Amino acid sequence: MARTLFDKIWDAHRVSTPKSDEASGEDLIAIDRVFLHERTGSVALESLMASGREPIDPTRVFCTMDHIVSTDEGRGRNDARTPGGEVFITATRAAAQKTGINLIDVDSADQGIVHVISPELGIAQPGLTLVCPDSHTCSQGALGAAAWGIGSTDAEHAMATGTLRLKRPPQMRIRVNGTLADGITAKDLILHIIGTLGADGAKRCAVEFCGEAVEALGVEARLTLCNMAVEFAAFTAIIAPDETTFDYLEGRRFAPKADDWDAALAYWRTLISDADATFDFEHVFDAKEIGHMITWGTSPGQAGRLDGTADASDYMGLKAGEVIEGLPIGGAFIGSCTNARISDLRAAAKILRGRKVADGVTAICVPGSMAVRRDAEAEGIDQIFRDAGFEWGEAGCAFCFYAGGRTFAPGTRVVSSTNRNFEGRQGPNVRTHLASPAVVAASAVAGKIAAPGNPSP
Amino acid sequence: MNRPFTTHTGVAAPLRGDNIDTDQIIPSREMKTVSKTGLSGGLFAGQRYTTGRTPNPDFVLNQPDYANATILIGGRNFGCGSSREHAVWALKEYGIRAVIAPSFGEIFHGNLISNGLLPIQLASTVIDQLPREVTIDLTAQTISGQRFEIDASAKRRLVEGLDAIAETLQSRVEIEEFLERDRIARPWVYERVKGCFT
Repeated sequence: MARTLFDKIWDAHRVSTPKSDEASGEDLIAIDRVFLHERTGSVALESLMASGREPIDPTRVFCTMDHIVSTDEGRGRNDARTPGGEVFITATRAAAQKTGINLIDVDSADQGIVHVISPELGIAQPGLTLVCPDSHTCSQGALGAAAWGIGSTDAEHAMATGTLRLKRPPQMRIRVNGTLADGITAKDLILHIIGTLGADGAKRCAVEFCGEAVEALGVEARLTLCNMAVEFAAFTAIIAPDETTFDYLEGRRFAPKADDWDAALAYWRTLISDADATFDFEHVFDAKEIGHMITWGTSPGQAGRLDGTADASDYMGLKAGEVIEGLPIGGAFIGSCTNARISDLRAAAKILRGRKVADGVTAICVPGSMAVRRDAEAEGIDQIFRDAGFEWGEAGCAFCFYAGGRTFAPGTRVVSSTNRNFEGRQGPNVRTHLASPAVVAASAVAGKIAAPGNPSP
Repeated sequence: MNRPFTTHTGVAAPLRGDNIDTDQIIPSREMKTVSKTGLSGGLFAGQRYTTGRTPNPDFVLNQPDYANATILIGGRNFGCGSSREHAVWALKEYGIRAVIAPSFGEIFHGNLISNGLLPIQLASTVIDQLPREVTIDLTAQTISGQRFEIDASAKRRLVEGLDAIAETLQSRVEIEEFLERDRIARPWVYERVKGCFT
């Protein structure tokens, strides 16, 4: 029977269908990798220890510190960005040491946002099942893994048993034909898709992205595309692994080596949806119709062309029909698991080179990992950001979400390369517009929402 | 072990709007300790209070009719966004037993079941007809006489108050057998990288 890519991974991980669950079709699925972070992983680890259980295989459990760590330059190993947040760092460190899992500590050269470092280190691979108590785990489907976000209790379940019990999700295929116009990015593409289908549009499906425009994306751009699948109610997203994926992975620290590499590669090449595989839902988009995108509301589905108009939104301070381009801003942020990889920073730096952030705009860049930060510094990108008037941080989730501590002032309109424009997400009454790093950079320079072609005020 | 869910009668408080995310249910700034408890004060903190902890009279749970609510009614895609299970722990500690919505955020939905709270998916037209006080019979799959559908394994787990981890550990032999086969089929998955982090 014809199978989808997701089916093939599911079937390869099906331990059994427990008798008690035969009626509902719930399977016991082997989990290859569990990733944790200090915000939601700490409680899972502590709960696991309190129950007297242990991880079934601690070598396949990884934990980073990203959510609550300070992203200020020169931070100490216990420094949190929120008052009282140190406890998440110290508790996670202690629990990780006790359980013997792999810890990527605050002061590790490998530290960074989970969905940035997992691909970067080759931990995420095609055909793996990978879970993390973090909703943006869907990002890692970009490498052809079945990767999805779970709660802390399920993280504990996955660690203790090496499995999760769940029903195979329905499946959706989103094909993007054609070629994206110059300067139009994966962020514009995903905002276009979510804006078209709505915040509930993926109907809890495993969504396979495919088509010419998707195949043309590099791995980092694919990570951006898959990152926001959860923002339109997908179970997760996945992209068939191809030569781009294999080239990216080869030689990375956790990627298979020597004979293992050849065996893995042979298997990975089978991970494509069969030509006659059927999906529960199908959508087709045309890449050439997509322009610079931005959100105007408080749900990622409230997105439109940057040169378009907004609907009414009290929270965002917008009237129906108001033109989005040209709205004055007070903040600009480049960071997060969506858009803080080296290609994102390069795209922004191209616009910022030799320019200055407009007066009255607080501009911040927080690289997604310390490796990205080092790469950027080696290329002189940090200096371009600093010279333009951007703050340059150490790796972490930082200003993507507010958890207490420093953020933009209430009422500030911020253009942000992040993934959520929820009310209060970046701080009380902060008005977040989601966009690509290039749009953030152009807007920071213009002091108002601007397309990358016209950054001057 | 969760409190088994069989029948429950309580006041159902309606929250307006679609896409109510888990940041709204519990803002990140309210997650102050590494704990599953001490969270109910932060429930809906953004809307529930005016300044500090002064109740906002406009918020549904502060209104006399709904002060004792044990059931929540939400809009489409209720509980979307962050995976934070703290949203469910806060609801549970506040005394919520069931949540009714036309659709749910996937992770939030799973978290409800993990913690013994019942998610009930109903069309908005049916939800609109529900009385203020409703009676839920999970065994019969009815809410105030209306039938609702629920996944058989979720139902079993809720009715029995099962610890899913303990249940899965009963399949330990099958899991070990799978791992034995898989180590041969996909050896690279189990290869440990020495001295892995710098």
